[in-house]
Amino acid sequence: MAEEKKPDPTVPPIAPAKPAAAPPPPKPAAPAAQPWDDELARSVRERFGSAVKDSLTYLGQNCFVVDAASITSICGYLKHEEEFNYLVDVTAVDYPKREKRFELVYILYSFPRNTRVRVKASIAESEPIDSVTPVWQTANWLEREVYDMFGIRFTGHPDLKRILLPDGWQGHPLRKDYSILRQDEQWVQENLHIESGQ
Amino acid sequence: MADDLKHTTAEATFLDASEIVLNMGPQHPATHGVLRVILKLDGEKIIGTECVVGYLHRGVEKIGENRTYVQFNPYVDRLDYVASVSNGLGYCEAVEKLLNVTAPPRAQTVRVILTELNRIASHLIWLGTHALDIGAMTPLFYTFNQREDILKIYENYCGARLTTHAFRIGGLQYDLYEGFEQQVKKFCDELPAKVDEYEWLLTTNRIWVARTQGVGILTAEEAIDLGVTGPMLRASGVKWDIRKALPYENYAEFDFDIPTGKNGDTYDRYLVRLEEMRQARRIIQQAVERIPDGPIMAKVPKVVKPPAGEVYHSIEAPKGELGYFIVSDGGLQPYRLRIRPPSFVNLQALDRMVRGSLVADVVAVIGTTDIVLGEVDR
Repeated sequence: MAEEKKPDPTVPPIAPAKPAAAPPPPKPAAPAAQPWDDELARSVRERFGSAVKDSLTYLGQNCFVVDAASITSICGYLKHEEEFNYLVDVTAVDYPKREKRFELVYILYSFPRNTRVRVKASIAESEPIDSVTPVWQTANWLEREVYDMFGIRFTGHPDLKRILLPDGWQGHPLRKDYSILRQDEQWVQENLHIESGQ
Repeated sequence: MADDLKHTTAEATFLDASEIVLNMGPQHPATHGVLRVILKLDGEKIIGTECVVGYLHRGVEKIGENRTYVQFNPYVDRLDYVASVSNGLGYCEAVEKLLNVTAPPRAQTVRVILTELNRIASHLIWLGTHALDIGAMTPLFYTFNQREDILKIYENYCGARLTTHAFRIGGLQYDLYEGFEQQVKKFCDELPAKVDEYEWLLTTNRIWVARTQGVGILTAEEAIDLGVTGPMLRASGVKWDIRKALPYENYAEFDFDIPTGKNGDTYDRYLVRLEEMRQARRIIQQAVERIPDGPIMAKVPKVVKPPAGEVYHSIEAPKGELGYFIVSDGGLQPYRLRIRPPSFVNLQALDRMVRGSLVADVVAVIGTTDIVLGEVDR
């Protein structure tokens, strides 16, 4: 108790007050989508006016944001007039906080022009959207998968039913409110005879 | 012979009973995995087909939303498990695009070598199993034996034969082991003789020609409309390869041809894939001569957190266009990770290719589509 107070070697000595450091340099602005305005963007905007809400480019990839109601006419125009004859992918992204929850993404490629373009359309939860199967046959299974995973209905699709999950499955797994550990317990118990559902 | 099949219903006798619905799979030796094909038959002629997939669905896209970018890398190998190096390449490149980094030149060249070896390995499996389904048992043993050489290279490089996890975001983890160049060169030297041997076994074989020529024809317009890519598209006459059209890594530095077919039938697809093996060897030989020195990993932060945005990147996988559409919200895990599988889209064309053929042709056409259910179902 009354020992000599030795400086505790484990505690570092208090450094003299540093002069106020210069504020850190501002971080470079995070890359953001830039407006896209070239010949293709202009011709589509001219043709469809207000149905095309925006045209952006990010990391060299161009994209249109359009009204869901005019998706088939815009896709038809892009295929027949602008030569985007290959539908690469149809998919969707779920943004539950937005008013129009699902954002459908169509990725198109043009063989003659060797360019890709994305077309995005947002729809609300139980809103259907027109199928683009009349424009490209590729969309058949791709839209079935989007229906299976998100529950988005495509009007005019020749055969809209589940493709990856079993037919009787309830729920749409890629929605954000479908937890990763969740399964359709009833289906699993009935068909696989696993009690716990896991 | 084919004319007998074209009888109209007016000529049908009472013996041509009503249509039969025949179920093929999901457990079937020739469906290359758990694929179920429901055939509607009129005798032995196919009137309609329906593919039921999803038996191998593992929810990989959902898993992608719950793992960090680095953690998701091994999952990608399990998609097309036969060509896992290509899957890894596509994923790493897509994330690198989001992060705006490029792998250093040494890493790029090594990636090209490993990916082209993977292309040869995938085509060897395709050839062996396709021939086996049609009835030719011998090529299977030869091709799998040759594939062993490639798998030994992978094992020496990264420790795994099948699901290699060979690449990392930003480059490579392991540098080349001593003896890599020699082993690859030896493999390339032996390849032409072996591919010639497969050709000698099959290309002018009467049975092979009878079973593959004119079977599963897909015209160029149909192929483009159905979104078919890869050797199937090239066999229909469309000279398009992502390695040439939208080059990635340093493919632009290498000199290679794109084989195409004329008729779009199974025989043409067979010839196209054989020639692709030879062209892949050309790329490997050029690449292995000039592996640059330098770092193998770009400057990637330890915690991979790409800025918010989305990117779509695709590569020419052995089966077709393999694409990754990644949406990032700036967080540690992807917001949406979509994998555009070539086998899934190519399998859609099965119905078109098989209408009006015989049941035996379904087996040939499934083989020629070169599907891997891991990729179809994810």
